[in-house]
Amino acid sequence: MIDPLAISQTPDRVNQLLSEERRRRRVTTAKIAAVLVLIFISLWVTEMLNGSRLAEGLPAIGTIMSEMWPLDFSRWKQWIGPLIDTIAMSIAGTALAVAMSVPMAILAARNTSPHPAVYQVARLILNTLRAIPELIMGIVFVAAVGFGMLPGVLALGLHSVGMVGKFFAEAIEHAHPEPIEAAQATGATRMQVITHGVFPQVFPYYADVTMYRWEYNFRQSTVMGMVGAGGIGTELIGSLRILDYPQVGAILLVILGAVTVVDTLSNYLRRTFQ
Amino acid sequence: MLQSVDDEWTGEQARNDGAGPDGGRNSIIRIRDVEVVYPDGTRALHPLSLDFMDDQVTVLLGPSGAGKSTLLRTLNLLVSPTAGRVMNGENRTLETAGDIRGHRTKTAMIFQQHQLIGRQTALQNVLAGRLGKHTFWRTLWPFSERERRLALACLDRVSLFDRAFSRCDSMSGGQQQRVGIARALAQHPKIILADEPVASLDPSSSHRVLTQLRAICKEDRIPVVVSLHQLEYAREFADRIIGLSNGHVVFDDVPDALTEGALSAIYGEP
Repeated sequence: MIDPLAISQTPDRVNQLLSEERRRRRVTTAKIAAVLVLIFISLWVTEMLNGSRLAEGLPAIGTIMSEMWPLDFSRWKQWIGPLIDTIAMSIAGTALAVAMSVPMAILAARNTSPHPAVYQVARLILNTLRAIPELIMGIVFVAAVGFGMLPGVLALGLHSVGMVGKFFAEAIEHAHPEPIEAAQATGATRMQVITHGVFPQVFPYYADVTMYRWEYNFRQSTVMGMVGAGGIGTELIGSLRILDYPQVGAILLVILGAVTVVDTLSNYLRRTFQ
Repeated sequence: MLQSVDDEWTGEQARNDGAGPDGGRNSIIRIRDVEVVYPDGTRALHPLSLDFMDDQVTVLLGPSGAGKSTLLRTLNLLVSPTAGRVMNGENRTLETAGDIRGHRTKTAMIFQQHQLIGRQTALQNVLAGRLGKHTFWRTLWPFSERERRLALACLDRVSLFDRAFSRCDSMSGGQQQRVGIARALAQHPKIILADEPVASLDPSSSHRVLTQLRAICKEDRIPVVVSLHQLEYAREFADRIIGLSNGHVVFDDVPDALTEGALSAIYGEP
């Protein structure tokens, strides 16, 4: 059995190391404390710690929920078309996002970007796309190309590039360098190294992000209905405007069902891509 | 020296189980009629019975796929035998999850791929060897000063005291393996299992790792069971060699008894 005192080092050296270890731990503790303080301040200024205000709000939520009852599915036949439109919009938007994200990711990953300046510009573009909410993009595109699903797809797709492109680029940066080196050793070109050394490694992760984004875009495309992009979201806003809560509840339930279907399907697809 | 038993006379050995120390030695782990069949139908181990004694370096020798790793992993039940019993030094058959966990706290393991957390320091990785000694809630807080001193002593034992704050992924393979040994020592084990500990190391690092393992066995009186595929190392470092071939024990004796005939039984006909 090893005895902690049976050590070939001098006591001074051991104590020196132990105090260095204590110092490192104090630094870690201080960092964690700083984050906790930040979280506490955020909870405070947003009134999340205002218990009485939260307690007063609960009955109001209960009232709206009770006004939805009984749910009104009488117009279900009119919802089928918009629901299919919404699904189509989410698939088209995600496809647009992935098609633009793959080249953007190559430019925005430190290890594959052709030049540091290109890297910075690519990052800036991704940040900008992420910073503009899809709702604002939707309004801009409705103004540009008119009502319908087209502005919705463009808004969803472009906004998604901001996040999907960033995740794709980070995956490239975290790819294992060994297979890349092996590809370079065969005399492959830069593009060949990317397509045969990097992509096979990151593909399962890309599939994960894409499927997650598809599900997100489906939920988001219902919101796009608000700015006139069509789909089930337009029906939802219509019912909400005339304060027809039983119909609002019914549409929300339909959306929940569709989200579950999309989620199940994307999980299945993700598994097959592994 | 009777240490392994074949299928036919397992019964006789079982009757002797209560007889106590065998030739002045205590067995640390006993396995009886242990058999492992993997879910895909691969028979990794045919029923075999072995005793592992204190104060000895036992080498499991054999080609890839002979069942060395599987046998080693049944000793701490990382692989559960399809049939048969694994017993601790007190002749208690390990069955419940509590039994197995208790057994593992006293049975340290060293791995081929080191299995350290690369972004943590050597000291942090060694302290992980203390996990089994505490409850979950206790381990969410820093380890005690005494345990940190122990971890430093363990690093000192493998000549890595000065690398205590180095991230493990910045160390060489040989150094990482020695951190693995220090982690095993921090556990205060009754036995150390080493699964191909030098398979991915260069000859000089390999030699250093095996020399340290043998020194620990002799000086700290901790038995070591180590799987190897290199014959020269087995001859040099073993007190006892168990030769495995296709999941059967085909040799079990001192290294000097390893004749050409025994070798062809282990590695197949030349």
